[in-house]
Amino acid sequence: MRLTLERRRWLWAYWFIAIPLLFFLSIRIGPALYAFWVSLHQWDPIALDRPYIGIENYRTLISDGVFWRAMRNTWMYVLLGVPVSLVVSLAIALGLQQLIRFVGFYRVLYFVPYVTSLVAVGWVWRWMYMPNGLFNDVLGAVALGPFAFLGDPGIAIYSIIVTTIWQGLGFQIIIFLAGLESIPAVYQEAAAIDGATSWERFRHITFPLLNPTLVFLVITGVISNLQVFTQIRSMSSAGTGGPLNSTISVVLYVYQEAFRSMPSQMGYASAMTVVLFLVILAITIFQLKVLSRKNNEY
Amino acid sequence: MSIETIASGSGLTAVIADERRARAAIVASTKEARKRAVARWLLYLILLIGGLGMVFPFVWMIASSLKQAQDIYTLSIIPTSPTLDNYRQVIEDTSYARWFLNSLVIAMISTASVAFFDSLAGYTLAKFRFPGSFLIFVLILSTLMVPTEMLVIPWFMMSIEFGWTDSYWGIMFPGVISAFGVFLMRQFFSGVPNDLIDAARIDGFTEFQIFWKIAIPLVKPALAALCIFNFLGNWNAYIWPLIVVRSDEMRTLPVGIAFFSSESGSAFHLIMAAAALATIPVIVVFLVFQKQIIKGIVLTGIKG
Repeated sequence: MRLTLERRRWLWAYWFIAIPLLFFLSIRIGPALYAFWVSLHQWDPIALDRPYIGIENYRTLISDGVFWRAMRNTWMYVLLGVPVSLVVSLAIALGLQQLIRFVGFYRVLYFVPYVTSLVAVGWVWRWMYMPNGLFNDVLGAVALGPFAFLGDPGIAIYSIIVTTIWQGLGFQIIIFLAGLESIPAVYQEAAAIDGATSWERFRHITFPLLNPTLVFLVITGVISNLQVFTQIRSMSSAGTGGPLNSTISVVLYVYQEAFRSMPSQMGYASAMTVVLFLVILAITIFQLKVLSRKNNEY
Repeated sequence: MSIETIASGSGLTAVIADERRARAAIVASTKEARKRAVARWLLYLILLIGGLGMVFPFVWMIASSLKQAQDIYTLSIIPTSPTLDNYRQVIEDTSYARWFLNSLVIAMISTASVAFFDSLAGYTLAKFRFPGSFLIFVLILSTLMVPTEMLVIPWFMMSIEFGWTDSYWGIMFPGVISAFGVFLMRQFFSGVPNDLIDAARIDGFTEFQIFWKIAIPLVKPALAALCIFNFLGNWNAYIWPLIVVRSDEMRTLPVGIAFFSSESGSAFHLIMAAAALATIPVIVVFLVFQKQIIKGIVLTGIKG
């Protein structure tokens, strides 16, 4: 049978896509569905018997104080971390945009934290936060403190949020700068001639035109903060989200239950990841709908 | 008085008034310019202070790592008697060289694999129409919604089942192809003109030759950005290597550093030396490639 030209091209396409498709089915989609399945069992990998228990894990979840604490903390990381870092990075980007010389040097200064390992810089911050560390020494010199930055259940989460913001700032600044550069200068000039103050120009020209950039940064910021893990493991006391679970996040709790607790609670941990997945899914859909509709008004 | 003189008189006053206004404007504008220059200097200063604040933790890390154990709690940035002993001790007491090598091998192989397969898949989805192409597209898109944390438990079970724990493949397999990269490359391959591909077909190129010799060279900037960020992401990856690695010699750099640090108690002179050993190579590479890296972020909007 002779193949038509089109058919022959199809064969090439299937041949090209075969390995990636196989990969996504077996390493991404399969395991995601399997996680649902595991969440319906009491699952200890060492035990021979892994009984099916229906939605029991989800029921336990509702009455688990630590899970709710982890949920609440995770939202703290999102609701405090994202807006603060967006405001700060936008302010810095607006400043950097005014610079004429040394632009590259300034960018590098702000961007360095973003490329370094969160584990390593987490320990550096932990060292600075210690009761006898740098911050308390400096504050002590002006007769303040000492503060247990990571040891006080009322403060620890804020200390970790500061580190998180510091680490991600560079990325947001670079994206904001790119967004600012894409706004044609004529708009600003025309408004200036019409007598608009710099605040009015920011409020009515820069900010609305920056909307796509903002949507992108809000979505990536929310999703990455929902999955916060590394810095808490590096910075919280004993790496378990303490003191008194005041810094524990959902992902850290998942890790503890699945890989640290005895016996391992993989079914229960999977149920938590399913909830996290649903939350991320809902937020993504919500953000895309609400934020992109606002975008159309301009 | 004639009408003319009145006119010329008023003309004169008008001229004088104009002149005055113009002078006032010049004075005002030089004042304005001076104000603006001061404001700009202030801006440079404020942003410099902020920027130095951003890199200060690294300065403090290096300062602490050069101090002797008994000086570690002193406030000075420049150590009184600097020593490299802490570095020597970390390198000798841990498998630092091995961890570094592990991270390097894993990041390089994963990045090469991602570069090849993501390009191939992206190109196929951008330039071929075939039955099922839309379904495959949506299927790959949907995987972006699934957080890694949901997959680590099944991946761990797979690794135990197939004996992948404690091996390079075990650490690497979740990241040898990236859905984000497929989309990125698809987007950039869409910009390659179809006429060019058709012309190559007429010239007798096979489909793979067209992909490899015609299309790839046209998307090099995007591919370079994907490689840089994939490498960085693998180099700094933590949660999955932490789970799948059991033995000390298979640890990656972040996992090794984390274990060393939590076992060192309050020996922060050693912990800071370890942190410096983990961050300085990346900072050096970043400084060398900073233009490409920043351009790459802007081009692709990659979040590491």
